[in-house]
Amino acid sequence: MQILPTTHFDFARWRWHAIALSLLIMLAGAATIWTKGLPLGVDFAGGSIVIVKFQAATPVERVRGAISSMPNGVGNDAVVQEYGNPSEHMVLVRVAQTAAQSGQNLSQDADAVVAALKQANIGTLEVVGTEIVGPVVGEQLKKQGLLATVFALTGILVYIALRFQVSFAVGAIAATLHDLLICLAFLAFFRYDMTLNVIAGLLTITGYSVNDTIVIFDRVRENMRSMRRDNLSNIVNVAVNQTLGRTIITAGTTLLSVVALYLFGGEVLEGFAFTMLVGIISGTYSTIFIAAAIAIMWQGRKPIKGQVVAASPETRKPGRRRAS
Amino acid sequence: MAAYKNLRWKAITIVVVIIMFAAVGVYPMFAQRFGLPIPGWLAAKQLQLGLDLKGGVHLVLRVNRDDALRISTESVTEQIREAFQNASITTGAITVTSPTTFRIEGVPQDKDAEFRRIAEEQAGTNYERGSGVGGAYDFTMRPNIARSLREQTMVQAHDTIDRRVNELGVSEPNIAQHGDNGDQLLVQLPGIRDVARAKDIIQSTALLELKLLEGGPASTREALLQPHGGQLPPDMEVVSGAADASTGESGTMYYLVRKVAAVNGSDLRSASVGLDESSRPAVMFSLKPDGARKFGQVTGSNIGRSLAIVLDDRVQSYPRIDGRITSEGRIAGNFTQQEAADLALKLRSGALPASMTYLEERVIGPTLGADSIRSGVMASLAGLVLVVLFMLAYYKLSGVNAIIAMVVNLIILLGMMAYMGAAMTLPGIAGFILTMGMGVDSNVLIFERIKEELASNKGARAAIAASFDRVFLTLLDTHVTSLIAAAFLFQFGTGPIRGFATTLFVGLISNLFTSIFVSRALFEFILSRRPANAQTVSI
Repeated sequence: MQILPTTHFDFARWRWHAIALSLLIMLAGAATIWTKGLPLGVDFAGGSIVIVKFQAATPVERVRGAISSMPNGVGNDAVVQEYGNPSEHMVLVRVAQTAAQSGQNLSQDADAVVAALKQANIGTLEVVGTEIVGPVVGEQLKKQGLLATVFALTGILVYIALRFQVSFAVGAIAATLHDLLICLAFLAFFRYDMTLNVIAGLLTITGYSVNDTIVIFDRVRENMRSMRRDNLSNIVNVAVNQTLGRTIITAGTTLLSVVALYLFGGEVLEGFAFTMLVGIISGTYSTIFIAAAIAIMWQGRKPIKGQVVAASPETRKPGRRRAS
Repeated sequence: MAAYKNLRWKAITIVVVIIMFAAVGVYPMFAQRFGLPIPGWLAAKQLQLGLDLKGGVHLVLRVNRDDALRISTESVTEQIREAFQNASITTGAITVTSPTTFRIEGVPQDKDAEFRRIAEEQAGTNYERGSGVGGAYDFTMRPNIARSLREQTMVQAHDTIDRRVNELGVSEPNIAQHGDNGDQLLVQLPGIRDVARAKDIIQSTALLELKLLEGGPASTREALLQPHGGQLPPDMEVVSGAADASTGESGTMYYLVRKVAAVNGSDLRSASVGLDESSRPAVMFSLKPDGARKFGQVTGSNIGRSLAIVLDDRVQSYPRIDGRITSEGRIAGNFTQQEAADLALKLRSGALPASMTYLEERVIGPTLGADSIRSGVMASLAGLVLVVLFMLAYYKLSGVNAIIAMVVNLIILLGMMAYMGAAMTLPGIAGFILTMGMGVDSNVLIFERIKEELASNKGARAAIAASFDRVFLTLLDTHVTSLIAAAFLFQFGTGPIRGFATTLFVGLISNLFTSIFVSRALFEFILSRRPANAQTVSI
C-alpha cells in the first residue's frame, strides 16, 4: 500500500504563503496573550487547588455558591469545575493566592475551602487531593522552565551545526521556535492553564520538531552529492518530496498515540496531550514549509559547503574546508 | 553475498536481552497479579509507582538557615561575656546585630590589648574583628565558616527529617535538596493520609532544654521581673508557657529561667511514652552518660528548687527537684496519647538546627492515584491498538516486524526503569506512549527507505542492507537531538516531570537498539529462508 506516490510538489514556491500564515497565527496568539494573558496554573501563579469527592451527585453551582460566600475574599475569582469521570462526583476548586498564604499558613486557604464546603451542608464529601503552591516556588519554576528551553535549544543548535552546517542549524531552530510559538498561541486561544505538564509537552515538542526536521536535512545532505549542479532550493524541494511519505506517516502514528492520550489520559494529562497534538501538527507543517525555507534564505548566495566536500573523501565531516 | 553468518549470534543476543529485561520489568508485575513465586532479589528491584499514582504527600520546605547562624553567633557572645567576666573587663553592650555579626561597645582604653587577646581566643577562628573605632568593635563571621555552617544546617535538617519520617513508618520516603538556592528540601511521603500531623512532625524544631527556674510563674513580664527591680539579670531569660491547669489558672504565664541549659536535646539517649503521677500520658526520657553527669550535678546541688522543661522556647512543666536525678526524667504536660507519642518521636530523632517554612504542598489521595493509573493504562492500550492496526494495514508482514520491535522496546523500557529504581509517574506513562509513537517513527523511516531501495531493483538483500546502513546515521542524529531535550528536561524538572524525562531518555536509547538491531535481524532472518536473489519483501 502506498499513501503517496512519488510527488513533485514545489514546496519552495509556497514558502512565503506558509511563513505569512504562521506569522498570522503567532500574531493572533500574541494579541490574545497581550489582551487576555496566558492563563497560569497554580504551579506558576501560586494558590490552592482542592479536589473533593461528594458521596452523591452535587451540582457545581451549589459548590460555587458555598465558595463565593467565603469570608476575607478567599472565594473571589475562584474556579469551580467538575473533575474527572462524572460518575465519581468530583469537583475541583481553585482559589488564588492570598497574602496570608505563605510559610506556616500555607494551607490556610485550602483548609478554609474545605471548611466552607462542609459548613454549606451540600452533601457528604471527602478531600481526595490538594495542591498548594507558595509564591517562591512559582518564580523558581518559571525560571527553570525558561532555562530548560534555552539550554535545550542551544544544545541542539550546536549539535546540528557540528553535524550539518550552520544554515541548517538556523533553519531547524527557526522551525522549532515556530512550533513553540504556535503551541503557545493555541494554548492561549483555548485557554489552557500553563502547568508543569504543559511545559514538559513544550520541551518534548522541541525534541520532536528538530527530530522531524533533521530527517529532511539528512536527505538534503545526501542529495547534495548526487545533485551537485542544482541550486539549493531545488535540492531541498526534491528532499522534501522524497521524505514526504515518511513525514506524514510518522506524524500520523505519533498523532494516533497522542490522540489516545488526549481522549483517555484523564484530566491531569489533558493540557500535555493538547500541547503535543498542536505541536506535532505544527511540527510536520514547519518541517515541510518552514525549516528548509529559512535554511535557504540564510544560505543566500553563499557557496554550499556540503557540495564541495561531497567530492572529497572525508564525507563524514562536511564543511571543514572551503574549495580553493 | 555470503551474508547472515552472524544471524545466530544476533538471535541469541536479542533473546538474552529480552529475558533479562522482562525478568526485572515485566515478570514481577505478573507474579504479583497471579500469585506466582518471585525471588526476593527481583521483588526488591520492582518498578515503583510515583507519588501521583500511589497517592501521598509532596512537600517543599525552606530551611531558614540564618537561624542556625544566629544561634552560633549568640553562643559566641555568651562565651565572650563569660570570659570578660573572668578577666574582670567591663564593657558596654554586647549585641548580636545580624545572624552573622555582633558588636561590642565601650571597651576601656587601658584594657584594649587584653580585650583583643580574649576576643581573638574566643572568636578569632570564626569571626573577623573590625578595626574598633571609639572602643566599639564589630565582628563578622568569616564567609567560608558561614558557608560551611549553612551546608551543615541543611545536612542536619535533612537527616533529622529523615529520622522522623522513618519513625513515622513511611515506606520509601524521598527527602532531597531542592531548588537552586540550596536552602530547600523536598519531602515525599507515599501513602500518608494525615497531612496535618505529618507536617507538624516534620516542622517542629523539637529543641528540648532543661533550665533551672529562677522565678515565676507570673501572669505578666513586669510581675515576673519585679523582684529584680524590673531589670532582666544578664544570665537569665524570660520564657512563656501555658498555665498549669491543675492550679486553676489559664492563659499564658511567664517564667524566669537560667539562660544556660542544664541539659539539652543533644544529651538525650532515648524518649518514650509513659504516664505521669495522675496516669496521664507523658514522655519519659533517658540521658547519655555525659548528660547524666551534668544533670546529676545540677539536680544534686539544687534540691528543693524547680527545673523548667522548655520545649521550643515554651515551658512545658516545672517539676520540683526532690533529689539527685541522673539518667532518667519525665516531661509531663497536658498531652493526649498521640501528642505524647509524637513528642517522644521528635525528641528521639533530635532537634532541627533551624526553623522551617512550607513553600509547596501537594496531597494526592489514593482514589485520585487509582483514577490516574486507570486512565494512563487505558490511553496506552488505545494508542497501542491504533498504532498496531495502522502498521499491519500499511506495511503488511513488515508491520509485524515493527510491532515486535515496539514490544521489545517496551520490555527494555520497563526493565530499565525497574533496574534504575526510577518511579513510574503519570507523565511517565505519557512518556511511554510517546516512546511507542517515536519507535514506530524509526521503523517507518527504515521501511520507506527500503521501498525506495527496492524500486531500484538491486535485490531484497542489498536493498535492506543499504537502507539500514544509510538510515543508521539519520536515526543517530534524530535521537541525539531528542536526548539533548530530554536531558535538560531532567535537569530542570522535578517529581513527575523527572519521571517523564527518565522514560523519554531510556525509551530513546532502547528505541535506537530495537529499530536498528532487532528490526534488521528480523528482516535478515526472513530473507535467510528465501533464495539469495529474492527481489521483494512484504512491505
